[in-house]
Amino acid sequence: MKAVVTVTGRDKVGIIAEASGLCAKYGANIIDISQTVMKEYFAMIMLVELEGLSCDFSCFAEGMEKAGEECGVDIRVMHEDIFNTMHKI
Amino acid sequence: MLNTQDILETIKMIREENLDIRTVTMGISLFDCISDDPARLEQKIYDKITRSAKNLVSVCQELERTYGIPIVNKRISVTPISYVGASLSPSGFVRLAKMLERAADALGVNFIGGYSALVQKGATVGANNLIASIPEALAETTRICSSVNVASTKAGINMDAVKKMGEIIKETAYLTRENDSIGCAKLVVFANIPEDNPFMAGAMHGVGEPDTVINVGVSGPGVVAAAIKAAGDCDFSGLADTVKKIAFKITRVGQLIAAEAARRLGVPYGIVDLSLAPTPAAGDSVAEILENMGLERCGTHGTTAALALLNDAVKKGGVMASSHVGGLSGAFIPVSEDRGMIDAVGAGTLSLEKLEAMTAVCSVGLDMIAIPGDTPASTISGIIADEISIGVVNTKTTAVRVIPVWGKDVGESAEFGGLLGYAPIMPLKKESCEKFIGRGGRIPAPIHSLKN
Repeated sequence: MKAVVTVTGRDKVGIIAEASGLCAKYGANIIDISQTVMKEYFAMIMLVELEGLSCDFSCFAEGMEKAGEECGVDIRVMHEDIFNTMHKI
Repeated sequence: MLNTQDILETIKMIREENLDIRTVTMGISLFDCISDDPARLEQKIYDKITRSAKNLVSVCQELERTYGIPIVNKRISVTPISYVGASLSPSGFVRLAKMLERAADALGVNFIGGYSALVQKGATVGANNLIASIPEALAETTRICSSVNVASTKAGINMDAVKKMGEIIKETAYLTRENDSIGCAKLVVFANIPEDNPFMAGAMHGVGEPDTVINVGVSGPGVVAAAIKAAGDCDFSGLADTVKKIAFKITRVGQLIAAEAARRLGVPYGIVDLSLAPTPAAGDSVAEILENMGLERCGTHGTTAALALLNDAVKKGGVMASSHVGGLSGAFIPVSEDRGMIDAVGAGTLSLEKLEAMTAVCSVGLDMIAIPGDTPASTISGIIADEISIGVVNTKTTAVRVIPVWGKDVGESAEFGGLLGYAPIMPLKKESCEKFIGRGGRIPAPIHSLKN
């Protein structure tokens, strides 16, 4: 199963390092990543493979979201299928 | 890799435009619970419901977590209780309603629908007893929803039942007078009631349904309103295309959740109901969609046309997105549950007559409308008869959920709380229709040729 991790918020040093470090901690393998900065607003999207996850999905998602709050960015983890079903026929 | 814009669009819909799954409703057949011993009947019903829906709430919470989309309500619909309790007295039905309430409490679901009777051609003893028990059952419970089908295109209109329902609504209003007659918010009178509707208060589990089934109702007026705003000054073809595209996306989410909920619960997937269901929250309003199309305020001239376009485009976009569509599927226009509608009534732009016209082109009917508490029962029956006629003649579902707010009059408003919202009390005609309603009998089924 794959999930989409989105990280949005005000740009600052170390956001990618923080987010990718967290993924490594939970055993989520990053298979694609894209990132843009628009007027100090940071948006990163990662597609992660969850096969080797060290805990269950909720624990991973909650852990990521909580870590996001702590470093002042908004992190969301959602199953990729919600995007696939909505935007692909 | 998914397109970045698509991902951000989905997240914006959920976070800023109130996209959610309005309800995951499990339909449960109670036919195998029938017993001639009332206590045994109650116990079997309690056991079947709590067994079948044991994991409903937890599975929905899992889905919310996994897909990042809120599932606002988890509900249950059951076989019309007048069938399974056909031998009960009115007080026996009230006891059964309380048992259903205990099952709802045990499971943590918002509502159980199906405290219902179908009497479009005539009423059995059981149906009459259930109808007689409705006021007390709704006053004694908080999570039980009741509906009565009084007409169909094939059977015509049972005017005896229409007359009776006017009286039942009044009595329900009186028994729940301490809370702005909220009992009436849980009672709907239908024509052509659907058997697989997941939305309350009209949900029931029809006789042609499987033993258990999962039906899902989507939402998303805020998403449609935002898309129309973003589309700018396009012509009507462009407007319809915009609605179709966004309805497709909304419905696909409903389809995903329905299929996944059914799989995880081990229950067949029934239908996705395409209805746009508003809430009293800002930015979650069907009226706002119509206003974004170019109406200064909902209810003014052009409103019926705007709603007709919206309703049709939602269905066209939604149908392709789901393998099975059913229920009510259209745009809801409940007054108290839609901030734009509330404001339009408050401003005097949206009248009862306009709402009635709007129901001819959308689902479902005169919904969540507060009227003066001293309205005679026969006038309520007149409102029902008018609205039901629109459904019967046009081969569509229509319904009436009006609340005669005990002790209150025009100029005041009723507070129902939560998703049920609040509503200014609307004025009615003062002239009587008592003699007309009192005639009794049935209005014959309409002819289906010579269409004009």
